[in-house]
Amino acid sequence: MKHKRSLLALPYVGWMALFVVSPIIMVVIYAFTTAGFEPTASNFTSMGTYVSIFARSFQLALIATVICLLIGYPISYVMAKEGPGFQRVATVLIMLPMWVNFLLRTYSWMAILENNGLLNQLFDAIGLFDLINGLFGTDLTYFRMIRTQGAVVLGMVYNYLPFMILPIYSVILKLDRSLLEAAQDLGANSAHVFRRVIFPLSLPGVLSGVTMVFVPSVSTFAISRLLGGGTHMMLGDLIEQQFLGGAYNPHLGSAIALVMMLIVIVCMWVMNRFGQGEEQAVVL
Amino acid sequence: MSKELIRLSDCVMSYDGDVVLDHINLYINDREFLTLLGPSGCGKTTTLRIIGGFLSPTAGDVFFDGVRINDVPPHKRAVNTVFQKYALFPHLNVYENVAFGLRIPRTETVEQGEKTISRKVKLSRQEIHNRVMEMLEVVNLKGFERRSVSALSGGQQQRVAIARALVNHPKVLLLDEPLGALDMRLRKDMQGELKRIQREMGITFVYVTHDQEEALAMSDTVVVMDQGKIQQIGTPEDIYNEPKNAFVADFIGESNILDGVMRADGVVEIFNRRFPCLDKGFAPDEPVDVVIRPEDVDIVDPGSGQLRGTVTAVTFKGVHYDTIVDFYGFKWLIQTTDFCPTGSDIGIQIDPDGIHVMRKSQYSGLFGDYSSYSEEYDEIGDADYVPDGEEDGHEA
Amino acid sequence: MKKQRRVGSRLFMALVFLFLYAPILLMVVFSFNAGNSNVVWQGFSLRWYEALFQDRSIMGSVYTTLLVSLLATVAATVAGTFAAVGFYSMRRRRRNALLAVNNIPMTNADIVTGVSLCLLFVAVFGFWNQFAANYRFTLNLFGTVYRITFPQLSLGFGTMLIAHITFNIPYVILSVGPKLRQMDGNLVDAARDLGCTWMGAFFKVILPEIKPGIISGALIAFTMSVDDFVISYFTAGTSVSTLAMEIYGMARRRISPEINAISTLLFVVVLALLAFHNIRESRAQRAAARRAY
Repeated sequence: MKHKRSLLALPYVGWMALFVVSPIIMVVIYAFTTAGFEPTASNFTSMGTYVSIFARSFQLALIATVICLLIGYPISYVMAKEGPGFQRVATVLIMLPMWVNFLLRTYSWMAILENNGLLNQLFDAIGLFDLINGLFGTDLTYFRMIRTQGAVVLGMVYNYLPFMILPIYSVILKLDRSLLEAAQDLGANSAHVFRRVIFPLSLPGVLSGVTMVFVPSVSTFAISRLLGGGTHMMLGDLIEQQFLGGAYNPHLGSAIALVMMLIVIVCMWVMNRFGQGEEQAVVL
Repeated sequence: MSKELIRLSDCVMSYDGDVVLDHINLYINDREFLTLLGPSGCGKTTTLRIIGGFLSPTAGDVFFDGVRINDVPPHKRAVNTVFQKYALFPHLNVYENVAFGLRIPRTETVEQGEKTISRKVKLSRQEIHNRVMEMLEVVNLKGFERRSVSALSGGQQQRVAIARALVNHPKVLLLDEPLGALDMRLRKDMQGELKRIQREMGITFVYVTHDQEEALAMSDTVVVMDQGKIQQIGTPEDIYNEPKNAFVADFIGESNILDGVMRADGVVEIFNRRFPCLDKGFAPDEPVDVVIRPEDVDIVDPGSGQLRGTVTAVTFKGVHYDTIVDFYGFKWLIQTTDFCPTGSDIGIQIDPDGIHVMRKSQYSGLFGDYSSYSEEYDEIGDADYVPDGEEDGHEA
Repeated sequence: MKKQRRVGSRLFMALVFLFLYAPILLMVVFSFNAGNSNVVWQGFSLRWYEALFQDRSIMGSVYTTLLVSLLATVAATVAGTFAAVGFYSMRRRRRNALLAVNNIPMTNADIVTGVSLCLLFVAVFGFWNQFAANYRFTLNLFGTVYRITFPQLSLGFGTMLIAHITFNIPYVILSVGPKLRQMDGNLVDAARDLGCTWMGAFFKVILPEIKPGIISGALIAFTMSVDDFVISYFTAGTSVSTLAMEIYGMARRRISPEINAISTLLFVVVLALLAFHNIRESRAQRAAARRAY
């Protein structure tokens, strides 16, 4: 009977209660207490000092998300129009970098962006610096790219771009082709078909993609440490400090983590309501 | 005074070496209700899509009003389509679905003094509203404007699809098996509706179906197709009464198709017996296919009929009895209101106009024997059976 | 016109793929660098591969990473499959509620999951260790006296494994779920009609149908485990280290090019696995398409 089979899930429900729900409860408890476990709201009020960090995290995450959208949407669209053989290969190629640990991939970018790194070497080789120096009377020998906020954004875009591409791609792929034909039949040229049919119907995928890029971007800490040089602190760094770093204050850390969770819950709700295609982003 | 509107001239369509359309020559008149009829895979949908512009023929030409339109994309043709699965836009409500085509700015060529300039014209909101409401009235969906299309029943979605296609006042409407998903009674009602709309609006309808009853009921002209070739074109009565070959005879209605010899004008011989008939124009002693409709056979006493046979099966169908009779090893279907029990001997009598003679064709011998109703039944038990054209089937 | 658009879009795609793979290619190329810089090419050499196999801490971390990923994947696949079957046999409301909770580790920021688990473990261990320090008892068994003490617990492989399993299961469920939904509900009824018990029906009917979902779920879970850094960082403590944690530790100082070597090796293995899996799948698809006619 249906009842019996649902019992199969019982062990996991127990597991979830233990390892998903109770940790969150712990975070809530810690967030609202002091070091001596007295209830307080001071953790939240003292977050005011970190406004600049919040702002920076949001700003950079937002920029990264927008860039991912600007690159990811066209790619998804183009991919969806190709033949199935190509699509299969392309999907694998997009997922493949994820199998190389993300720290490593980020670290390799350091080599590219370093002052004496590959990009700068390339620019030097093609004479870009000489050209600029000649035009503007400067004496550049390299572009400073590493340890800037730009590098952090680049790292975010690089790591999370596949999460923008895959949901949009899967939604566009699943569009009923006869809808496109119907639109053409009624007089729409390619631009119209895109604007009035493809784009509105792809929005659920866009929403999923945006969520799946924004959330990790706003909470990252390794990327900012490696590519930002540790000087531009972000939310992730802040939390890490409170738990394992110098300023040991798990209560404050929990408060910040709670705020982050709230952001995620909002995003999750939006995605559940209106988003689509996140399943495919997870499936190879 | 019918003007020729669409012409397909020697059209060939092939995919990967598979020929789907084999030299199709067809013309369609203005204000005509023409149906492309045939089994799955015969090429009827392909033909429709070529007219609509979704496919370009591998060879041959398509003409619209005398102009060659092979390379004209669908959105530039004065042709609209009602799709098999309706293809309604899920993100738009009924009103917006119907208004979709109207909201697209059209390029109009206007004479301004001595020059002709083209400019983009958009319909005003009021105009759009009028036309949408008018069309919803025509399809009987007034009041449904704000409804979401996914909340509609099949029949209602069907009508939105029709309204959406017609609101643009196309010259030609293409319909790809639009009634397939509806239940029988609704289908019959919709057939009447479509016919009425076609008459009232004076639009040319090109209709695709595999249901021969539907084709006969609605069309001015029926085009019977099989395996990418046109088998016969004619009015429903012609197709029914005077099929050109065994395929058409078998596809339309039930027929007994027999091997015969034409002895002289008006005389055909089957089972070594001569029958008077109305056909002429055959060479003397020419081998022919003879079609006799089940309802044209009268049952008489065994001694006084033209032929004598044994009843092997009787099924009560309400309107009549389907009686399978064995004549010299060949099984006939006779539809009669007289009940003849299984095993009884009977005689039959056929009027001359109940016999129709056709030329032999590639289809001779394939149909017409009622030991089973379907080919598939014969194939099912045959382990070695390999139908032709297996590897890469293409849907009609 | 169409051709131009084709070429343009192909070019764009090529650029994006170049962007995605540039650091990886770099890593592969420089793993063969004779020098120890990541920016200056000093000739071809295999020295880093040799050094890699001698470096205890890196090899240890690779072993740890693979071990925890494999164990977590196996556990998550089994648990997730059963859980998914259980969920999809529930009434919709309860199922949706439970699925929402299930999605939390997946959609939550890594750092929140890591930190919350860390808090839980530390708190629980705190209590336990107090208890263990204060209570010991003796057991008198057949004349011999056993003194039982409870071990002190701290963050380590076990907690990391628990964390990995926790965030892997949702991916398995998300992979198996749709297959369950697509499965013809009548199949199970047909099996039971023919005499199967409900457990038998599970193994004989449901399992084969959802096998592709299970396999891809397992693959994703493995990917996520191997790729993880943040959660491991917070739940592994100081005694064990995954490859990612090693690299992070090195990032403050200099990163040894042995890292390039191990990454290249891992990448090549993964590439081979994926290629193999995909070729098999495409062959199966083509065969199925042929059979359909």
